[in-house]
Amino acid sequence: MSIISRGFRGRGHEGPPDRVPPGQYLTDDFPVLSAGPTPHAPLDDWTFTITGGAEPVSWTWDEFRELPSEEITKDIHCVTKWSKLDTVWAGVSVDTLLETVEHDASFVMAFCDGGYTTNLPLEDVTDGKAWVAYTYEGEPLDPEHGGPARLLVPHLYFWKSAKWVRRLDLRDEDEPGFWESNGYHLRGDPWLEQRYWGD
Amino acid sequence: MAGAALLGRLTWLATEVVDAVQETPRVRTLVLETRGWAGHRAGQHVDVRLTAEDGYQAERSYSIASAPGRPLAITVEELEDGEVSPYLVGEVRAGDRFEIRGPIGGYFVWDGTGDAPVLLVAGGSGVVPLMSMIRQRAAIGSRTPTRLLYSSRSWDDVVYRAELGQPAEGLEVFHTLTRSQPPDWTGYSRRIDDEMLGEVAWPASEEPQVFICGSTRFVDAAADGLVAMGYPPQSIRTERFGATG
Amino acid sequence: MTVGDMKLDGNAIGGLLIEIFGADLTAATGICASCGAQGEVATLDVYVHAPGVVGRCRSCEAVMLKIVRTGPRTWLDLSGTRTLQIG
Repeated sequence: MSIISRGFRGRGHEGPPDRVPPGQYLTDDFPVLSAGPTPHAPLDDWTFTITGGAEPVSWTWDEFRELPSEEITKDIHCVTKWSKLDTVWAGVSVDTLLETVEHDASFVMAFCDGGYTTNLPLEDVTDGKAWVAYTYEGEPLDPEHGGPARLLVPHLYFWKSAKWVRRLDLRDEDEPGFWESNGYHLRGDPWLEQRYWGD
Repeated sequence: MAGAALLGRLTWLATEVVDAVQETPRVRTLVLETRGWAGHRAGQHVDVRLTAEDGYQAERSYSIASAPGRPLAITVEELEDGEVSPYLVGEVRAGDRFEIRGPIGGYFVWDGTGDAPVLLVAGGSGVVPLMSMIRQRAAIGSRTPTRLLYSSRSWDDVVYRAELGQPAEGLEVFHTLTRSQPPDWTGYSRRIDDEMLGEVAWPASEEPQVFICGSTRFVDAAADGLVAMGYPPQSIRTERFGATG
Repeated sequence: MTVGDMKLDGNAIGGLLIEIFGADLTAATGICASCGAQGEVATLDVYVHAPGVVGRCRSCEAVMLKIVRTGPRTWLDLSGTRTLQIG
């Protein structure tokens, strides 16, 4: 049994249980988590592509910014146990992006600058559940938080909201991404506490 | 006994604070008594684990400040917005207990000996493991020519100030104060740069060994500067401190 | 803390590696499977502010080690390290 240290307290606080999933605590700041150096892709070279459908579809930054976008306010939950309520983003719904592609895929793999990948069932990125976001709190998304654009899938643990996203590959089979191949759950639903393999 | 010592290296040990020394307004040394402690080498660190009443745990690493053979001591800098350091620096008192694991580190270590000169470069609280090396060197009466280049924000922020003011024979201490200096200050008053390194560091031809400790940016800049002076990269050992408290 | 300071080195995971391997590996040397560079574990670029620990080759930034732990379970990916020389 660990020694309790007199007077030591963690910083997080509990929140309303209908908003904060099991095992999570609320934070007021926005922790930066990173598995590598922050990529800095010049916007002139930036493209977003969907592959794996009948034909690849690609947008330049300017083309991407002209797509219909929306403001999204959502709670986010990181597997490292912090949750942040009512975060405000703007971006393009993945539904909008997938409308341009003919496909019969069941899964997607997100590919990002810097080499990060994450896999998701198609039904977790459709029907208004996912976006490619490029502003946070009204400002252009900071590189340390995934700018110029990141995947945003708030109903799953935030490692699925891949930073610096550049491509979605549509697939028939589910293959594990960067963290999913090393212990993290293939799907990652915070309300079912799907953190690790076997959860 | 060897078996117990090996287990000690793998598991968390209960430790009790027996003394606390305020080094500067934000830096404190804690002297620890730990049953099962197997001793350490200068430059090593311990992992500290705190457990709150609700079971919440936090772990951080702190360098050992004491010389091998002396009572185990760690020096902690309180970081703004820190979770563990404000507790260790502001709250902890003699009699308090927590857990440590260690000693850890087989790379960033120096036993104080050798013919080749040694350059120690410290950025802020990066001075802690280097101080353990300096204390070890003094304890064994080493003659190894040694220089410490120590960057701090101000004179009030210099840790171990008095002790460094009376260096053992063969040790030279160079301070640089980057934000503010006392009125009669004649030392360096800027961030470490290539010119300063050129003046303080031994020529590469003397084949010095180097230990640099501080924040990642500090360490990388100092190492790059020495490599530019002709120091072989393998002669430079670095330890980057994370600035999460 | 700036983002640049979030990158640490193998010294920062010394305790974690002792728990997993039963030995101090900070002075062990690894060969990067991507670019062939050789260096001590202590010189890896290590990222700990993440769902797990990632150690990258200082020369080419390829992932050389990945560690995730929860309770008694540990997942370790060393596929980015071709060889580890201990001692």
